[in-house]
Amino acid sequence: MAEYKKPTSEAEFAANFSPKKPLMSDTEAYYESSRCLYCYDAPCITACPTGIDIPLFIRQINSGNKEGSAKTIYESNWMGHACGNVCPTEELCEGACVYNHSDVKPIEIGRLQAHATDKVIRSKKKLFRAGKDTGKKIAVIGAGPAGISAACELRMLGHAVDIFEAKAKPSGLCVYGVAPYKLTNEEALDEIAYLQDQFGFTVQYNKPINGRADFEKLEKGYDAIFIGIGLGATSSLGIPGEDKQGVIGALEFVEELRMKHHKTTVGKKVIVLGGGNTAMDAASESCRMGAESVTIAYRRGPEEMGAYPFEFDLAKKSGAKALFNVTPIEVMGSKEVTGVKFIRNKAAYGKIEAIPGSEFVEACDMVLLGTGQGKQVELLEQISGVKLEHKSRILDDRGRLVVNEQYQTNNPKYFAAGDAVNGGVEVVNAAAEAKQAAHGIDQYLKK
Amino acid sequence: MADLRTNLAGIKSPNPFWLASAPPTNSGYQIMKAFDAGWGGAVWKTLGVPVVNVSSRYGTLNYRDNRMMGFNNIELITDRPLKDNLREISEVKKRFPDHAVIASLMVETREEWHNIVRDVENAGADGIELNFGCPHGMCERGMGSAVGQEPKVLQTIVEWVKEVAKIPVIVKLTPNISDITRPARAAQVGGGDAISLINTIQSVIGVDLDTFVPFPNVDGKSTNGGYCGPAVKPIALNMLKNCAQHPDITIPISGIGGVETWRDAAEFILLGATSVQVCTAVMHFGFGIIRDLKTGLERYMDEKGFETLDDFRGKALPNILHWEDLNLKYKVVAEIHKEKCIGCQLCYTACEDGAHQAIALSSDPTDRKPTIIEENCVGCNLCSIVCPVEDCITMERRDDGKEHLTWGDRTRAGDIPKTFDDPLAGGLHHWVPEPAEALAKVKPRHYRG
Repeated sequence: MAEYKKPTSEAEFAANFSPKKPLMSDTEAYYESSRCLYCYDAPCITACPTGIDIPLFIRQINSGNKEGSAKTIYESNWMGHACGNVCPTEELCEGACVYNHSDVKPIEIGRLQAHATDKVIRSKKKLFRAGKDTGKKIAVIGAGPAGISAACELRMLGHAVDIFEAKAKPSGLCVYGVAPYKLTNEEALDEIAYLQDQFGFTVQYNKPINGRADFEKLEKGYDAIFIGIGLGATSSLGIPGEDKQGVIGALEFVEELRMKHHKTTVGKKVIVLGGGNTAMDAASESCRMGAESVTIAYRRGPEEMGAYPFEFDLAKKSGAKALFNVTPIEVMGSKEVTGVKFIRNKAAYGKIEAIPGSEFVEACDMVLLGTGQGKQVELLEQISGVKLEHKSRILDDRGRLVVNEQYQTNNPKYFAAGDAVNGGVEVVNAAAEAKQAAHGIDQYLKK
Repeated sequence: MADLRTNLAGIKSPNPFWLASAPPTNSGYQIMKAFDAGWGGAVWKTLGVPVVNVSSRYGTLNYRDNRMMGFNNIELITDRPLKDNLREISEVKKRFPDHAVIASLMVETREEWHNIVRDVENAGADGIELNFGCPHGMCERGMGSAVGQEPKVLQTIVEWVKEVAKIPVIVKLTPNISDITRPARAAQVGGGDAISLINTIQSVIGVDLDTFVPFPNVDGKSTNGGYCGPAVKPIALNMLKNCAQHPDITIPISGIGGVETWRDAAEFILLGATSVQVCTAVMHFGFGIIRDLKTGLERYMDEKGFETLDDFRGKALPNILHWEDLNLKYKVVAEIHKEKCIGCQLCYTACEDGAHQAIALSSDPTDRKPTIIEENCVGCNLCSIVCPVEDCITMERRDDGKEHLTWGDRTRAGDIPKTFDDPLAGGLHHWVPEPAEALAKVKPRHYRG
């Protein structure tokens, strides 16, 4: 178990949060790229939601054509650098590498991708040019991975793009929600700046779209609207005591961590509720912030956790412990949290069932809710054209935007992609969907 | 236990591994260090006429992350004073009397040859190697490969040397010639006791894409050099075979060209070499590689039951025939052992684009393991060569081994095709797809136009 001392300076913070996949040097990239077999119709490509021609970009690194390599990556995925760092490559491209079948270490595709894109971002060399002006204007809501990807692709197609971003910085969860050992703020922001520099879309920061009136303004001023707003704040648990001091959403915790680094407040004894990737991130991060004990509590068994196994492993290696088959029933304490009361569960016919009399209290001074993000239902329902009939509704029963194959919503002027549509997956999914949505918009505008 | 002792035309060494005349044998210091490490012999860096070397001398051919697959140099013969080299030869021989020290020589006139031969004999050299191979710098002065390319001149110089030499004379041949057996025969006729081959191949190793200057760059200019290293081994083996099989060439051969491992050495010996000479591998990895060379060759000999090098020298020679004597009835086809297949599909694309369209992919995209279309397979081996998994694709014999018919047999029987439409013509029976089928083929989705 790793032991982390509470960081008290930027340098100590950087040491505790050193990158999980550090940038490759030229030499390392050369040797690693030499190992690629250049498979025919490679399975890594199929495993990538954006379908990057991975063997080609690796070959381009190896032949000393790093600019071409970065171009190959960006042609498929406008979030190429972010994805190289934050993608769960173990589950995607690297998990599909044929070397896995011969007990040879798979190619480190994510790190090679980050290497190639880093080179070109630093060089500031423009690889793309916006398409011939069509005279059409698109509003993009949200400067996260979906919004930025849509904007780039729309600019390639010659449409003007204005992005409206609620926060002060672009790139959404890449800056506000990803664990700092996966991607630094600078890396995330540099990529957006690099893209903006060559495509010339505008971004208006601290400009949330709040309701009906804002939507109507956009509808008047733009030919189409792309929604890339992601998900909302962490959902509440609905148990007594949840409002006590020291209980915060895991995502909000990560956001604070990303902005304040070592100045972030972390408890001595932290309980993380949930079994998803955000819960694992919050647990790993609490350990790295010097918490004395970090306990992940999940209602079901380890095999049913939503988190990727490697994320759970990382949390454990960082020092977190786990409690399985426990449901929180009350947050204890007077004003400040002092513990969580759990009840043990047993599985019965695929459902979980509380074991009467098995309640116990686990002491803590901080609770992080990794219980998922809420949907932005209230906001999205203010888009005109909402009808009650199921088929033409803007949102489905789980609060996700309903779109067709072109990523067009049931209000034809609105398109959407990313977490707001898929319910919350990876940056790479948002990038893939948004690219297609941009083509959907292009088709719509040509009609 | 295998006995590695070697005797090449009277030059004896504890094993067949000699350092070739090159930078690793530039000084007594290096040669003592090599003998101490276990090398059996060393051919001293060529002594001869005074030269001046340039700075920036070597260039490399890399394959991906493998460095020095091929190597070239524009260095000349030794630029150290003759008396220093002679003194060091004596010193090495005194310390290592059982190891072979061969003096490589290159001078011009008959008198110079006589003098230098006597000098190295007096210093205690066990043998002489005449450098008729160097393809750069010296050949422009009428020496090195300029001699090796003129069998008559070569023979004359060998005769001059033999007029005074009391120790064995090896004639080192250049590969920069169309028929290696001609200078080899001239060496024997002139009285040479052995030949060694190959010297380096004339080469331009590469061009700097930014400066437009080939490598190695000498103040913005370059020149052709001598090419060696692992990549030249097949050329060396072929020339070795040509000499070893030639009925008029009966003197022993020291094999040179791309030897790095005991496997390479064993191949040279199987094709008739008595000793092998190594340079590039030592320039890359140092003298320490001798440990693998010796132990590997010993283990191989023990495993095969060879007690001495003579037991297997030339053993592969009867197995190299002229093409027209190969059995046309022999038939192999590829077999993919699917339990080993990792689904890279390199065999598929190699066969599809580079051979005979004899491998099919499954219509189920989740099944990445290809299948051989046996009726299209000509047994070319390509798939088994590109496959990255050991023994995953093997070539399996399909004929019953009872029939034997060669092109030679058929020629003699008047049974060969006379025109392209002749039913006897080979290609007529090979299936090929219609040209336009190429365009109808489903492409991987990332193959952009």
